[in-house]
Amino acid sequence: MNTTVVALEGVSKRYGAVQALDAVDLAVYEGEMLSLLGPSGCGKTTTLNVIAGFVEPEEGRVLLDGDDVTRQPAWRRGLGVVFQSYALFPHMSVADNVAFGLRERGVPRADVAARVREALTLVRLPEAGPLRPSQLSGGMQQRVALARALVIRPRVLLLDEPLAALDRKLREEMRAELKDIQREVGITTVFVTHDQHEALGLSDRVAVMNAGRIEQLGSPREVYEQPATRFVADFIGASTVLEGRVVDARTVVLAGGQRVEVHLPRVLSAGATVRLVVRPERVAVGGGAGGAANVLRARIASVMFLGDHSELRLDLDGGGRLLATVSGPALFQPGDAATISVPPDAFLEVPTTASL
Amino acid sequence: MIARAVVVLLLAFMTLPTVVVVVASVNPTEMLAFPPSGFSLRWYEHALTYPQFRRAAVNSVIVTAASAALALPIGTAAALALVRHPLRLRGFWTAVLLSPLVVPGVAAGLGLLILAARLGLLANHAVLIAAHVILVLPFVIRSVMVSVANLDPMLERAAASLGARPWRVFRMVTLPLLRPGLFAALLFAIIVSVNEFVVSLFVSTRVTEILPVAMFTYVVNYTDPTMAAVSTLFIGATFVVVFAADRLLHLSRVFQIDTHR
Repeated sequence: MNTTVVALEGVSKRYGAVQALDAVDLAVYEGEMLSLLGPSGCGKTTTLNVIAGFVEPEEGRVLLDGDDVTRQPAWRRGLGVVFQSYALFPHMSVADNVAFGLRERGVPRADVAARVREALTLVRLPEAGPLRPSQLSGGMQQRVALARALVIRPRVLLLDEPLAALDRKLREEMRAELKDIQREVGITTVFVTHDQHEALGLSDRVAVMNAGRIEQLGSPREVYEQPATRFVADFIGASTVLEGRVVDARTVVLAGGQRVEVHLPRVLSAGATVRLVVRPERVAVGGGAGGAANVLRARIASVMFLGDHSELRLDLDGGGRLLATVSGPALFQPGDAATISVPPDAFLEVPTTASL
Repeated sequence: MIARAVVVLLLAFMTLPTVVVVVASVNPTEMLAFPPSGFSLRWYEHALTYPQFRRAAVNSVIVTAASAALALPIGTAAALALVRHPLRLRGFWTAVLLSPLVVPGVAAGLGLLILAARLGLLANHAVLIAAHVILVLPFVIRSVMVSVANLDPMLERAAASLGARPWRVFRMVTLPLLRPGLFAALLFAIIVSVNEFVVSLFVSTRVTEILPVAMFTYVVNYTDPTMAAVSTLFIGATFVVVFAADRLLHLSRVFQIDTHR
């Protein structure tokens, strides 16, 4: 059922002293939206450029529907690309921009007009044809770029930080719209972003990249709830990493001396050190989380009010720092002592070896 | 007040030679004199009918057109290579291509003269055209380089991703977006070539000489106001060309503002 459309096999690319891609393997399945998520310089855009054919890897192969396209130039690949800067041709009208790929393919004139209209309607800009790109807002330009990429009915749609240049409100609107359009067209999509919300909200699978490698590839829930490495835990969602020593299968003594009950999928051996990750929204401050929750003593280090929620930084008594979020304004001041509760299943384990 | 006076003086100073030449050209007597003793257009008639000037004017058009036609594509290719490609010794290549700006015309002319004599090409337009291409190239390269630097490479990638082969990308995207730089380059090429004198003097003969050389030869031999009349016509023609080109350039600038958001 999972047909592989794009496959990267051991792809490496070096820019001078920088290893941009380090033996990357990746399979993109039919119809899915896969995002490449990571900080700048992690290799996500290079990965996209390798798939698009803009960058030729030094090692490894790129397969498109099983065919080796590693040495094939971009213009032969038939992929749709949307750029962060939109890259609309400034000397052409919107309609000519959208028609560009069709004309290069020798599509008959009458069909070109019809398909351009259809594509502009798809992105909800049916009237924009005669305008110049510069007469459109950023969000509208982005939609034209999307229409231009989709009109050629590409095998795969490649999106390079398509929303990064938009302001926040527009970005959220476009995010929803992008998802709708992608679902409507049903096209296999690879999406590059440094924004975890975008990646988690839009994709079927997320590849978290760091230093030219894919650290974890999984569904948004998997990478959020079961980060494979400390890097993933840190990068996806603000989170806290606490060091501890295993007492028995369900009990860990934190570095600061406080004892917590944990429910981890792996059986812990006594005496081993573990790294535990706690998501801030799982930490309850003040009032108890009830039942079996661990109760810890802490002091408020800082409070940041962010509108719909507040972010607290807590110093655990004995050592260790935790992040917590509470909805609405927080009723604490820095320096206040607070009791916090963390349910046993809120502790996730990350490997102690893979730390970056 | 003082600033305005300074500007007026500066303008007067800069336009004085032109004004003197134009006024002197209507002197009716056979002497170059200022101020003129009357008004006559006889020297214009003489200038326009003087065979050597006619021949030189045709030569000027041939040499300028040919050198611009050659320098523009060569310079554009060089500008693209210098800006886009990670060339080794980029600084060296840039220096070589821009060197005609700093090499004295006499030296360049002498070198070309020796070379042309060796190759037996002296009686030919080719040497003159080659010389002008060399002299014009730095200006062409400079102008086009600015446009290339302003061209977003993502536009070319976008075109390629849409199925355009490399030459189609160049034809449909690169070239149209370099247009302002190409216009400026053309303007520079025409001005430099039309006015070039030193190197041309070395490598031209009576048959191939261009207008500035013919004018120099005339003024060495005669002192009547024909020279002033030719100069005035020359100034007028250059003005028309520059003005026309600037209108085109201006239009393209507006176009470019439109394109860059």
